[in-house]
Amino acid sequence: MGKTLVEKIFESHLVDNPCEGVHVLSLDRVFCHEITTPPAILDLKRRGKYRVFDPDKIKAVIDHVTPAKDSLTATQGKILRDWARDMGIKDYFDIGRNGVCHAIFPEKGFVRPGFTVIMGDSHTCTHGAFGAFAAGVGTTDLEVGILKGICAFKSPETTKITITGTPAKGVYAKDVILAVIKMMTTNGVTNRVAEFRGDFVDNLGMDGRLTLCNMAVEMGATSGVCLPDMTTVEYLWPFIAGDYATREEALADFAKWRSDDDAVYADERTIDIGDLVPQVTDEYRPDVVKDITEMEGKPLHQIYLGSCTNGRLEDLAIAASILKGKKISDDVRMIVSPATPKIYSEALEAGYVKIFMDAGACLTNPTCGACLGMSNGVLAPGEAAAATTNRNFNGRMGKGGMVHLCSPATAAASAIEGKLTDPRRYM
Amino acid sequence: MKKFGGQILFLDRSDINTDEIIPAKYLTEVERVAMGPHLLEDLKMEGFEHMSQPMKDSTVILSRDNFGCGSSREHAPWALEENGYTVIIAPNFARIFRGNMYNNGCMAIELKEEEVDEIFALSSGPETTGVSARIDVEAQRVTVKSPKGEKSYPFALSSYDRDLVMAGGWLDYADRKY
Ligand code: SF4
Repeated sequence: MGKTLVEKIFESHLVDNPCEGVHVLSLDRVFCHEITTPPAILDLKRRGKYRVFDPDKIKAVIDHVTPAKDSLTATQGKILRDWARDMGIKDYFDIGRNGVCHAIFPEKGFVRPGFTVIMGDSHTCTHGAFGAFAAGVGTTDLEVGILKGICAFKSPETTKITITGTPAKGVYAKDVILAVIKMMTTNGVTNRVAEFRGDFVDNLGMDGRLTLCNMAVEMGATSGVCLPDMTTVEYLWPFIAGDYATREEALADFAKWRSDDDAVYADERTIDIGDLVPQVTDEYRPDVVKDITEMEGKPLHQIYLGSCTNGRLEDLAIAASILKGKKISDDVRMIVSPATPKIYSEALEAGYVKIFMDAGACLTNPTCGACLGMSNGVLAPGEAAAATTNRNFNGRMGKGGMVHLCSPATAAASAIEGKLTDPRRYM
Repeated sequence: MKKFGGQILFLDRSDINTDEIIPAKYLTEVERVAMGPHLLEDLKMEGFEHMSQPMKDSTVILSRDNFGCGSSREHAPWALEENGYTVIIAPNFARIFRGNMYNNGCMAIELKEEEVDEIFALSSGPETTGVSARIDVEAQRVTVKSPKGEKSYPFALSSYDRDLVMAGGWLDYADRKY
């Protein structure tokens, strides 16, 4: 019987089965940020276990609130900074070099096919785009991961989601994943892995695959995954060129992680996106998704372009192409947060930053900030935003605020009109 | 092993999320004790305002479907434990929340829907006092005591979850074993 990608990863990383259905796995990566890691660090200190299993496998970043906004967030940053230095963690990114965790870690080539990855952050599922098993965990799991390099998981059941068809004009990976979440609902993949398959995924670049996997958790999935292929090899090539003689050799090696044709899935679903139009969420659930045509004209107060879902160069390029030579409506303000310094600098070179500024948008440094309503663009009660982020729970971007999740194209077009707008009119 | 059992606080609603258990604005705190005073803060504003008195005396929460959904924050079980709540009883839990409870050596006990209904029937509102639960981890039974009498309910617990409870959490368990 064949195996799925995640079954292969579980098998190759198995340390122990403490009881049936529970698998303790060894970890290739433990990622850390300044919100959920400090309580683990302080607890390890108190227990007299101020150490790490392997400083090279741990990567840390300050990203949620940066620059610090008050003494509490400054303290969180300080605890992480001091710890990274004390533990000899070389890949630690502080302000000036920091970016949103799920954007900067892929950009640095830290994740490879077949890896196990954990982080104290629910959107860790993003990294499955490389053909890895990447799961968000609580602080205790993170703490044990830091100390021992292991984590316990239930059986790796997988839901295979086949996405077929060619996207129409104005439709992007974000619209597709919103349509998938609508089909699966917010707990349709709970306790399982979402494996994205089909010609749409095969033709998608890494940026789009990261967007798909990023929102897997909004269906309850433990991790999203895409099978590694030549697109994965090309993206990682600058980091793996020393390990393989040719790209073909790398591809042949990565292929061992791909799900077998006769693998068994817990559930299989198919969606054809050929007729899909731009999608946007309504209300406070990510599975309440509507066609933009139904939602056009809804009043907005803020536009947010950024986050680990859609803050990459490709996203900024799409928004810039729509905003070029245009002005943002007086009814809204627009905040752009390039997800990493590299993206920011490339956006500068490509002229996107000038386009955003001329249109009247505000650019912030790379940070999560407004995405989780902690800084850099919190909504006032009663306000609504069109955001390229991933979560629209009540109060997510500020107490009493409403978030409409959408693509960078829809966000940019909505900025011009000051209300939810079909981006196809600006293409 | 922690102490389990005591007076029940009734939270008669489904989908109580981690934001309601501990609001995001307290995530800037790095110490568990700082969570204590803010437990269920936003829920109190939504019609559960009478519960502050029994909250002080109770150590078990009874609630409905999908308890602990939303963000992965472990601040939720910490805020609960800071207030003495080491047991939550509900028909089912969100994955990460349930894992976080056992990782802390606390218990998220699943009873059948009808059984949860039966225990809710003993309350006269969220502020009910005089209804308590006794937990026998070895026998895997919850015994509910009220002025109307006593009744016991079996629950399922994997040997792994039981070992976590016995060890006081995943860190102590993992540190000893691996
Ligand atoms: S950008 Fe938003 S969703 Fe992504 S890691 Fe930051 S806070 Fe979380």
